[in-house]
Amino acid sequence: MNDTRFTYTLRLADDLLVLSHRLSEWCGHGPVLEEDIALTNRALDHLGEARNLLQYAGQVEGQGRSDDDLAFLRNERQYRNVKLVEQPNGDYAHTIARSFLFDAYHLPLMQALLKSKDEQLVAIAGKAVKEATYHLRHSSEWMVRFGDGTDESHQRAQTALDDLWTFTGELFVEDDVQKELEKAGIAPASGPIKAAFDSTVNEVLKEATLKRPEDGFMAEGGRDGRHTEHLGYILAEMQYLQRAYPGAEW
Amino acid sequence: MTEVKDLEALFQARIDAEQKIEPRDWMPEKYRKNLVRQVSQHAHSEVVGMLPEGNWITRAPNLRRKAILLAKVQDEAGHGLYLYSACETLGVTRESTIDDLLSGRAKYSSIFNYPTLTWADIGAIGWLVDGAAIMNQVMLTRTSYGPYARAMVRICKEESFHQRQGYEIMAVLSKGKPEQKAMAQDALNRWWWPSLMMFGPHDSESAHTAESMKWKIKRESNDELRQKFIDRTVQQAEVIGLTVPDPDLKWNEERGHYDHGEIDWKEFWNVVEGNGPCNHERMKARITAHENGRWVREAAAAHASKKTKKKQAA
Repeated sequence: MNDTRFTYTLRLADDLLVLSHRLSEWCGHGPVLEEDIALTNRALDHLGEARNLLQYAGQVEGQGRSDDDLAFLRNERQYRNVKLVEQPNGDYAHTIARSFLFDAYHLPLMQALLKSKDEQLVAIAGKAVKEATYHLRHSSEWMVRFGDGTDESHQRAQTALDDLWTFTGELFVEDDVQKELEKAGIAPASGPIKAAFDSTVNEVLKEATLKRPEDGFMAEGGRDGRHTEHLGYILAEMQYLQRAYPGAEW
Repeated sequence: MTEVKDLEALFQARIDAEQKIEPRDWMPEKYRKNLVRQVSQHAHSEVVGMLPEGNWITRAPNLRRKAILLAKVQDEAGHGLYLYSACETLGVTRESTIDDLLSGRAKYSSIFNYPTLTWADIGAIGWLVDGAAIMNQVMLTRTSYGPYARAMVRICKEESFHQRQGYEIMAVLSKGKPEQKAMAQDALNRWWWPSLMMFGPHDSESAHTAESMKWKIKRESNDELRQKFIDRTVQQAEVIGLTVPDPDLKWNEERGHYDHGEIDWKEFWNVVEGNGPCNHERMKARITAHENGRWVREAAAAHASKKTKKKQAA
């Protein structure tokens, strides 16, 4: 049980850590100064939440690993994030669409976690809900601006959605880890979260005059540590100093 | 009718009486221009300054340092925003101010044309670059133009936090493994002289000093501020066991200040003129961000105008 709870907490943490990394790549390169601030703010929120979760994962594991150990000394195959969050930034439509799809899942997940039997997760979710609400508002507003903006922005937003849609199935995967913790009342059931995701996506895309892509082939594997090639580069960059100077204090 | 000459005398009298000048007040055109130049340069420096530090966010050595660095760079973007707003109170739009940067008509602080090669450079920037900037900015909290002075009060609070965290990075590195201490010393070696150059040319060579002092836009000269910075920083270096790379540096009992070696002004002008190690990359990064962001800004504008039209029709 502790093993599955450790894995589950890592899944929650890694999504946020990797997405934070991607968003922080924008720093200084945003399309307008206000968005530079908004993206950095999101990167910080995700990072803060990832730290809380990694610290908790370390406690659950009980082998004395810190949040830094878990972030900087695990390899590609040990990361448990969904493939969606490791996808490259692309143009601003891709960055926004990636966050929008994640936010539409993350907010109902955090809301549902408030009812978890795991008190630590409840406390972490309690903090995250407020931020996640703002994140979803930010990404939804931009989806609408793009969809119902110019022809170019509409086209770019539609392309981004079409490109990323295949990565959304993995958000609701029902595997043994999920089932075991669902039964124990720790992880919320995927069904209602998927329903909330669908309803947000449909509503926002309608306002944005964008087309919801067909549910075709859905990519999976991230939750079990089988990632796209992108994650290796993210970790090579993120972990460089810890790997180059083992045991150093910073 | 009041003559311009009388207005100028009245204006100078207000300055001399330490009254703040506000956006609606009459001001000499040269005062306005001088301020626009300085405030916009300051705004651009904040925004371009995000690049060398942003360069290490994805490689920060632990999660705490990463969070601090993200917050710091975010603060800088915020400072850029206040300062662009302060410029707007002087009648220049943000778009035209940014165009001036991208076309090369406006300058930004030359310090950001140096590269951040190692993690210790993030420490050195906080400690030395923000430390030097604070000297200038503390003075500017008392500048004669109200909106600029008020923006500076807010900025100074955040900058002093940045300076402390930079110094802390250096202190930790100095106490760390030999390679880490060497990294810190190397960063100090590379950033020391460019930091001294941040205060600008000697007073005798400075094009804007006399006028700026008369109007109390500036209240202390380049050389005075530079000396203050040196006196403070040399002691801080000693505390953490790092050596300032200036063989002529010596405490002068009589003056009550450190004497120091001559700055390489050839290097200074070379970087100002566009030939620093990163001038080209920095401008290219800003221009690319601006160009790639064009369709985003257009989409936002198009959507806002559609919304307005819908509201009017309803």
